[in-house]
This record gives sequence, C-alpha cells and structure tokens, in this order.
Amino acid sequence: MANVTLRNVRKVYPGGFEAIKGIDIEVGDGQFCVLVGPSGCGKSTLLRMVAGLETISSGEIDIGGRIVNAIEPAERDIAMVFQNYALYPHMSVYNNMAYGLRNRRIPESEIKTRVEDAARILELGTMLERKPRQLSGGQRQRVAMGRAIVRQPKVFLFDEPLSNLDAKLRIAMRVEIRKLQRRLNTTAIYVTHDQLEAMTLADILVVMNGGRVEQIGNPLEIYQKPATTFVASFIGAPPMNLMPIEGVRAQLLGADAVPAAAGQLGIRPEDFELGDTVPAGGIGLDLRVDAIEHVGAETYVYGARQDVGHTDSLSATANDVIVRLPGVASPQIGTRIRAVAARAKLHLFSADGRQRLSV
Amino acid sequence: MVEHRPLRDLVAYAVLSLGILIFAFPVYVAFVASTYDAATVVSGNLPLVPGGRMLENYYRAVFVGGSRFMNEPVGVLLLNSFVTAIGIAVGKIFISILSAFAIVYFRFPFRKTAFWIIFITLMLPVEVRIYPTYKIVADLRMLDTYAGLILPLIASATGTLLFRQFFMTVPDELLEASRIDGAGPLRFFWDTLLPLSMTTVAALFVIQFIYGWNQYLWPLLITTKDSMQTIVIGIKKMLTTTDELAEWQLAMATAVLAMLPPVAVVVFMQRLFVKGLVETEK
Repeated sequence: MANVTLRNVRKVYPGGFEAIKGIDIEVGDGQFCVLVGPSGCGKSTLLRMVAGLETISSGEIDIGGRIVNAIEPAERDIAMVFQNYALYPHMSVYNNMAYGLRNRRIPESEIKTRVEDAARILELGTMLERKPRQLSGGQRQRVAMGRAIVRQPKVFLFDEPLSNLDAKLRIAMRVEIRKLQRRLNTTAIYVTHDQLEAMTLADILVVMNGGRVEQIGNPLEIYQKPATTFVASFIGAPPMNLMPIEGVRAQLLGADAVPAAAGQLGIRPEDFELGDTVPAGGIGLDLRVDAIEHVGAETYVYGARQDVGHTDSLSATANDVIVRLPGVASPQIGTRIRAVAARAKLHLFSADGRQRLSV
Repeated sequence: MVEHRPLRDLVAYAVLSLGILIFAFPVYVAFVASTYDAATVVSGNLPLVPGGRMLENYYRAVFVGGSRFMNEPVGVLLLNSFVTAIGIAVGKIFISILSAFAIVYFRFPFRKTAFWIIFITLMLPVEVRIYPTYKIVADLRMLDTYAGLILPLIASATGTLLFRQFFMTVPDELLEASRIDGAGPLRFFWDTLLPLSMTTVAALFVIQFIYGWNQYLWPLLITTKDSMQTIVIGIKKMLTTTDELAEWQLAMATAVLAMLPPVAVVVFMQRLFVKGLVETEK
C-alpha cells in the first residue's frame, strides 16, 4: 500500500536527447494510474524510471514516503509485468513465480502458500509444473501477473501487458486486471497506447506527448474536457473533429461571443445530429457523404465540408468531418447532409491547440 | 516433403550410400588392418574381411606398447589426450562464456577495445604464435605437464563470439525481470543465462573437444617424455622405425581406439543438443 509521487522528473540521455521533460504525477494509495500516449512519448521510459530500470536525470520519485532514486529495482518494493512477459523459459510456472521470493530468502513454506494462492486466483493451479512455452499467450500473461502478485509489492507496474494478446483476450484480461487490482487494493501504474484500455482501466489518466504531460485527471473528465487539441484527438475513437474556427466563427455568434483567442473548434463525432435547423449559438455543417462505416450499434459517416474549398483527395484532410449516428443510419454516399451540434457540445482551443477556452 | 516419389527417394539414398561408403571405407580398412599381423599389412594385399589377431593386437596396443620408439601403452596416451581435450574444452567454455558475459552485460571503460582485442586473436592461431607461446610455457616450467598442454590452447575468440551472439538474442526483459526479482549479475548468469546457453555450451564442447583431441603440433613441441604424449603423437611415433618392420597393425588399432572418444562425445552430446533445442525457447 503506497502513494507514488513523481516530482519534476526528467530523463536526459547521454546524447542530449531529453526523453522526459519534467513530469509531476501523484498516484494515491490503491489507485490505478494509466499513462497513455503515442509511441515515443516517453511513457514506457517513465514507467521504467519508477521501476528503477532507467536512471533518473533529475527530480524525485517517491514510493510510499521513500525517495527511491538511488535504490535498486529489487529494493523498491515494486513488481513489473512486461509486454513480452519476460518469463524465465527454462523454469516451471511455479519456479517463475517463486524465483523472486527465493532471492529474498523467504521460507519455502511461505513461498508455497503464496504461489498456490496466486495460482488459485489466476486459475493456474493445474499448470504449475509446466514450462512457459507449453502455455498459451493468455496463460503466460497470467503467470507474469502471478509473478507480480506473489511479491505482494507496494506498486504494480504494467508495461503494455496486453498488446501481445488477440483482441478478444485483451478485453477479457483487461477486466481481470482491473478486478485483481481492486481486490488486492494495490497501487498500479499502467502504460498503454490503447486509449480504450486507458479509459476503462484508469482512476487517474495521464495523457503524455513528447515527454510531457498533456493532461492528468479522471478519464471521463478528460474525455469531456480535453485540455489540448492533442488530448482531444488522442482520446476517443473515432477522434474529435477539429477545424479552424475562421470558416464557422460567424455561425457561433449566438448567445455569447466566441473568445477572441479561439483558433480551433472541436466537436466529437457523437455530438452531431442530422437536422436542418442549427441550434442557437451552435453549429451546422453541410457535408457531402464520402464514406459510411456500419459497426452495428452505430454508423460512422465520413463527410467533406461543402462550405470550404475541398479537394477530391482520398486521404482525410482538415475539411473531413466524422459524424457518429446511433443505430443503422442510411444517408447515401454522394448525398448532402447537414450535421448540427448544440453550443454546449463545442470545444474551443487556442490557435496553437495548447489551451482550452470556455465556450 | 509432402510428396512421396519412389524414384527420387531411390536416387537420394543411392547418393547418400555412396557418400557414406567413401567416408567409411578408409576407417574400415584401418579396422581390418588392426586385425592381422604386421607382415600381412605391409605386404599390400590386405584382405577385406577382418583377420584373427584382433584381440592380441588390441591387447598389445592398450597395455604393452608398440615399437622401440614408443613404449608407452595406448591406455596412457588415451588418458593424456582425454585430459587435454577435456581441459581445453572446459577451459575454453569457462573463459569465453565469462568474457562474453562481461562484454555483453557490463558497461566498463574500454569495453569495445576489449572486444576488438579478443576478436583480433582470431587471426592468431597457435601455429602463428608458436614461438612466443613456447617460450612462455618453457619459462613457466610447464613443458611436459598437462597445464602446458592445455593452457595455451584455452584462450578462444571463437567461443567468446559465439556466446556474445547468443547473449545478444536473449531479451533484455529477462535481465530486467531478474533485477526486479532481486538477482545480482552473477545470480542472473547462473540462474538464467547459463541454463539458456546449454545448447551453445554443448555445441562448443563438441567442437573444442575434437579440436583439443586432434592437436598435433603443440603437443609434439612441448612433450618430450613418452608418458606425457597424446594419442595423435603416439600413432605417429609408432610408425617411426629404423630398419625393422613398422608395426602397422598396432598403429591401426591405436587409430581405431583414438577415434572412439570423439565419436562418443559427439553421440552423447548430440542427444543433449537436441534436448536443449527442444527445451529452450526464448
């Protein structure tokens, strides 16, 4: 049980590359913190710094009230689950889980109890004598989890633990990880590039980009009020529609004027409706339907804006808008539709996208 | 192969059999020669079926010894060869696995330099550095000792490179998992790296055992006492005569005996090999 606090943590590689540019995060006891961001944003590096596998260039990492900067990974009271599981190939499942405990000179009887408990929770009871190569991907994943559990650490660290699994198993394991973490009530830090995983697992979501934190908060809050255009487009699938405000500023002069600093407008695909009348202060876009995706419960309509000049290019441009409609909607390709959104659904950002403005 | 074509199989087997015949025939002749008396062998009309003096010849070779120039029985020579070959194989593996471990897993000053120096020794086999090596061994009073036979042949770039290549394929996460599991460098080496390397160790052992067993020039130079000579030298010396008949039948019996340990090592290690291949997976 422990808080994890990062204070102005930086990582500069010998070559001068600054991978982590000063990060502050506070994870409360028993909370599930997810670091999410595109590849190369520094999220794995940050996790490895917490684990002690990477040195900390400056700043402090505090686990349970103890500054761990100069402490070896084994002494930090953490357990880590790796993306490729990193199971010892020549050891049985039992020994894989017991190895760390033996190195800490825990009595064999105690090890046996702990491993068997973990095996029961993870339904690995019948596989303790097998070697990792005799297990399926999902089972290996469980063994990796088991190895973390038996240590009874203060903090679990997960480095994209589900990305080697197929889609169905990933969802099942995601739920299991969450349940397990709740049950053990252990603080966890979890790295992923999958925004859906991030949204569903996190108590605290940290969106990272280019070695910095873009936004920290409750996942829903982040979804509803993204602090930057990066967060807006990264969290949510399909992503938020972002467009320069110039072409639509006139429409928005309704009840309140638009702040002068506003440069970009964002609307989530599901916040559009089809209709003729534009709500007061809201927005209406005339679109030519270019493509339709039916996923069953909903339909994604890809439209090209007709109010600005557009090209016939096949790739998505700033003038393309995605509209998400419930159920099986049936606009025809090539037809014109009008997508409208209420003022409360709009997101305004500064021109550089770094700042959120009130609507 | 999924298809089954009798004709193709037949051709394949014919080629294979021919190859085996070509390789095996000299060995067979050596064996046959070891079962006759000296006169028959030297006459040049060696029959193709074994003769009746097998037990006698082998008994003499193993326990009594051959010509006037080579009086040690083969048993002693075999032991010498065995100790030398095992010493070289084990020593090489020990040295090269540790140096590869250092080069791959530790960051120390001049690491690259150390690697390149090891690499360069590939170009300096025993024959090239024979004079300085002899001088050093002589100065250390290691002539006519096992140490003298073994030590100069131990340093091995091949082994180090082989282990280095293997270590670089071991995922970094295994090291990291070990660190988190509280294993220090030597513990990681012993508990994780070494078991994973067993296949490579077995391969290297086979190669180096045979390399050590077949050494000729070096043992010839530094051994003067008959009791310290290796079997390869022994065979040569058995045929050195002045005016009497060379005892070819004893030399052939010795040659056949000299073949057995390497064959045994290959056969035994091959089993370990396959087992290793099946059991480890990265």
